[in-house]
Amino acid sequence: MSFLQTPPSAEQATPDSRGLRLVRILLPIAVLAAGIAAWELVVRLNNIPPYVLPGPSAVFETLITDWPVLSLSLLTTLETTLEGFAAAAAGGIALALLFNQSKWLEYSLFPYAVILQVTPVIAIAPLLLIYLPPQTAVIACAWIVAFFPVLSNTTLGLNSVDRNLAGLFRLYGASRLQTLAYLKLPSALPYILGGLRIAGGLSLIGAVVAEIAAGSAGAGSGLAYRIAESGYRLNIPRMFAALLLLSAAGIVIYGLLALTSHLVLRRWHESALGKEN
Amino acid sequence: MAEPAALSEPDTAGLAVSLRGVTKVYDTGVAALGPLDLDVRRGEFVSLLGPSGCGKSTALRLIAGLNAPSAGTVGVLHPAGRAKAAHSIGFVFQEPTLMPWTSVRENVRLPLKLAHAPAEEADARVNEALTQVGLAEFADAYPRELSGGMKMRVSLARALVTDPQILLMDEPFAALDEITRFRLNNDLLALWRNLRKTVIFVTHSVFESVYLSQRVIVMTSRPGRITAEIRIDAPEPRGEDFRTSPTYAGYCREVSNALAPSYSGQQGA
Repeated sequence: MSFLQTPPSAEQATPDSRGLRLVRILLPIAVLAAGIAAWELVVRLNNIPPYVLPGPSAVFETLITDWPVLSLSLLTTLETTLEGFAAAAAGGIALALLFNQSKWLEYSLFPYAVILQVTPVIAIAPLLLIYLPPQTAVIACAWIVAFFPVLSNTTLGLNSVDRNLAGLFRLYGASRLQTLAYLKLPSALPYILGGLRIAGGLSLIGAVVAEIAAGSAGAGSGLAYRIAESGYRLNIPRMFAALLLLSAAGIVIYGLLALTSHLVLRRWHESALGKEN
Repeated sequence: MAEPAALSEPDTAGLAVSLRGVTKVYDTGVAALGPLDLDVRRGEFVSLLGPSGCGKSTALRLIAGLNAPSAGTVGVLHPAGRAKAAHSIGFVFQEPTLMPWTSVRENVRLPLKLAHAPAEEADARVNEALTQVGLAEFADAYPRELSGGMKMRVSLARALVTDPQILLMDEPFAALDEITRFRLNNDLLALWRNLRKTVIFVTHSVFESVYLSQRVIVMTSRPGRITAEIRIDAPEPRGEDFRTSPTYAGYCREVSNALAPSYSGQQGA
């Protein structure tokens, strides 16, 4: 038996890695198709009524017939998510910048940011609904869940500035603002984008939690509200259809943020560079 | 930032840097340096040579004003018409210390941008500095697209762009391969001959210090002190001929001997 192996040459590696990528795309799709087929089969063979478990075809049908209602709900939820996300991004970054400029402020407020983060939002939501108008309360929930990763990632990024570069800025007499704009923010950018990527998904969760907590209190008619409502009416296919849309919305939000991150960082940051470079 | 005291030009007789009784004790109580007395004339090329931890980098950071001395005075020449020490000193770190998120051109422009230099003047000086280090064609590249030696050249161009009187270099070529290091040594000497900057060059390589400098200052560690000072009287311009000459070998032996006591006390070095 020989222990010597010839390393694969570049020509061999390329089709190999391309094939691997194809497999990585095709495998999950195959699993999805198999899952849907099995689900449909179980429902049909056992004659399960749609109010117990609708088959995928029934869900899909509902998605189309109920599209006028569901699309409006989707828009409502997306709007809430977007507003919560924007508030979380602005608030998280602004707070991190403030903390970075003043240690006193950081020591005074950071523990409360942590407390806000570790207290389950589903428990805070009913309180918020008492004191705030429903639409504001929903956005506030999205903000509470989503701002912390932005805050902590931005703080980490601002503190990860290269020591020598910081020395260089001091040597050339850079002002605080110059150091912030030309050194700290660009250094922190990969971290900020990572935080935003997490915050995107979380703000959707925050919006959904708040919508469910608001329930019939009348927080508009978002997708989560539709799910709760359809549950009461035993309209199970519509519950599944709304859930499907929520999942899709989450995937799209994550994808868009990941794409943004990649486009912004692709020229210089390790995370956005191919392995070959 | 600890601003070093300004040397007034008339009464310092052509000195660019003057340290008197300078010590540095870190917060942990470790005495890193001194007391140290050092004078460097204008236009002189001086190397600080010593084992790791002998405080040579600390001395350089004190001269740059990046750290404040615990005692003693640090005097640095401020040419007339320039307000800040920042402009009279260029600093090259051990690593290239470039901003990865922006182009070579913007990296070199940084000192001018921080000083609010007019855009047109800045453009011209950036181009000049990049030409001096032979990187004019790579102005729009990003640092990660360059080799280690090229990154170091960008770092050098950035130090030169403010046209400083004094160039402080902290083991700039230590991480490079020998061939690249030789080339950069030659280029640095050529730059020094043309521009006549005052260069203080920190290194732990005997061969590099002898090849480059007019004066080698040998330091010992804990706390860092000067143990020997060797003048290298070799004809200019120096080139590959000098690197292979008996004179060079002789100086290297002399400097090595001067350095030996610094190492004998160290265990496991």
